[in-house]
Amino acid sequence: MLHSEPHEDSFLAGTIRQKTGVSVQRCYQCGKCSAGCPAASEMDIAPSVVLRHLQLQSSEADKHVLGSYSIWLCLTCHTCIARCPMEVDLPKVMDVLRAESLKHKLVHPKAKDIVSFHRSFLGTIRRFGRLWEMGFVADYKLRTGHLMQDIAVAPVMFEKGKLSLIPQFRKKLVSRIFAARGGNI
Amino acid sequence: MKIGLYPGCSLEGSAREYAESLHAIAPKIGLELKEVEGWNCCGASSAHAVDHLLSLALPAKILAQAEQQNIDELVVPCAACYNRLASAKTEMAAEQKTRDEVVKIMNMPYSGSTTIKNILEVLDHLLTPETVKAFPAFFPYKVACYYGCLLVRPKSVVHAERMEDPVQMDELMKRIGAAPLDWGMKTECCGASFSITRTDIVGKLCGDILEDAVVRGAQAVIVACPMCHSNLDMRRAEIEKVAGKKYDIPVLYITQAIGLALGLTPKQLGLQRHFVPVSLQGKQKNQQNVPAALKAAVA
Ligand code: SF4
Ligand code: SF4
Repeated sequence: MLHSEPHEDSFLAGTIRQKTGVSVQRCYQCGKCSAGCPAASEMDIAPSVVLRHLQLQSSEADKHVLGSYSIWLCLTCHTCIARCPMEVDLPKVMDVLRAESLKHKLVHPKAKDIVSFHRSFLGTIRRFGRLWEMGFVADYKLRTGHLMQDIAVAPVMFEKGKLSLIPQFRKKLVSRIFAARGGNI
Repeated sequence: MKIGLYPGCSLEGSAREYAESLHAIAPKIGLELKEVEGWNCCGASSAHAVDHLLSLALPAKILAQAEQQNIDELVVPCAACYNRLASAKTEMAAEQKTRDEVVKIMNMPYSGSTTIKNILEVLDHLLTPETVKAFPAFFPYKVACYYGCLLVRPKSVVHAERMEDPVQMDELMKRIGAAPLDWGMKTECCGASFSITRTDIVGKLCGDILEDAVVRGAQAVIVACPMCHSNLDMRRAEIEKVAGKKYDIPVLYITQAIGLALGLTPKQLGLQRHFVPVSLQGKQKNQQNVPAALKAAVA
């Protein structure tokens, strides 16, 4: 068979294809995604290079990707797929990579705050059913120790009626969903 | 037009003025809104970053709830929520297996029958060149219509006709007498949820957006997304720090601009809640799109 990729299944390329239907081999490395990516200048591996790593199908390259800062810096802005001549769905690939990175405990040290952000956010939803912004930010600060952050913004938000101090409890709305899918949080 | 409403969390908090202005203009433009009862958060930018099925089940539950309440058309003013709801619907329509899994998780029937609309689609329907003739005022300013990511991408989900150079918001602005500018940052990303974790990135990306708007002579930036608004407005201090200069250009929700054209007061539209003061009074007015007979009223 001309197109068989015998080793794919044991590497991330296989996991990605199985979970999203995206074939990383379609990427022909033109670099358009990296050129338009708003986060590329902050990334340790540019989006097109993430794909190149995945194409190699080696555990070393896979590990490098799962431990990269890039996968957490992706903003899911969809600029890359909008411009990709091969329509490689990079944002979907990034979602799988983040989940795998968490699962294998390979999160880049600099990405800890971003992971805490997602955990605080989803933890707040799990507890209250909706986002209680005040509680979410407090939870994030405690997780990260960034206690002084936004000390100037919060009082103004409060004064302008944008922050409520008291949450409403609507936990029941989402308890089933989080019981089934809250494992990664 | 009677339509279901999914407000989403931001509209109850940091984007309160978006909700206030929407509800203020609704009766004046023939829009009757019925909020989905018992709605939950859609999972926004976090659920999909850690668990795919969670990112589908949260919005799916909202859609299932809407179905139970006989809502067959739903407007989602928050661009982020809109994108999440539309993504979930698209994915569940594409794959029976995914849909079965999601239905099992939320334990509610789901048929996928609800039509999901963003604010621009609804306004485009209601603000025709005919109906705006009855508006008591105009919004006669040069504006930069900023769409960001979530109203135009990805193609498979939002069906935007012009991904790189959308025009729906520009058209709406023209109808209320504004002069939308041709500019280069319409669909660039504002940094979205990095407003808390990497404020420096938000500062840079938003600085680039404001700079282009200002250089081209915009008097206001118009948005339809709470994340874009909070990054461009509430993060102004950070933007100025990165840019090393001041920007006083205000950022308005599209519903606020329309509200001003309807003659509503700034307070009714929640303009006082912005960090950057909305002081358009005394600014030079655009008359290009204002019908000649009515120019006197604007001047
Ligand atoms: S734009 Fe598409 S084909 Fe080009 S490098 Fe990026 S993913 Fe590969
Ligand atoms: S979706 Fe992610 S990788 Fe693609 S352009 Fe946006 S930030 Fe870059």
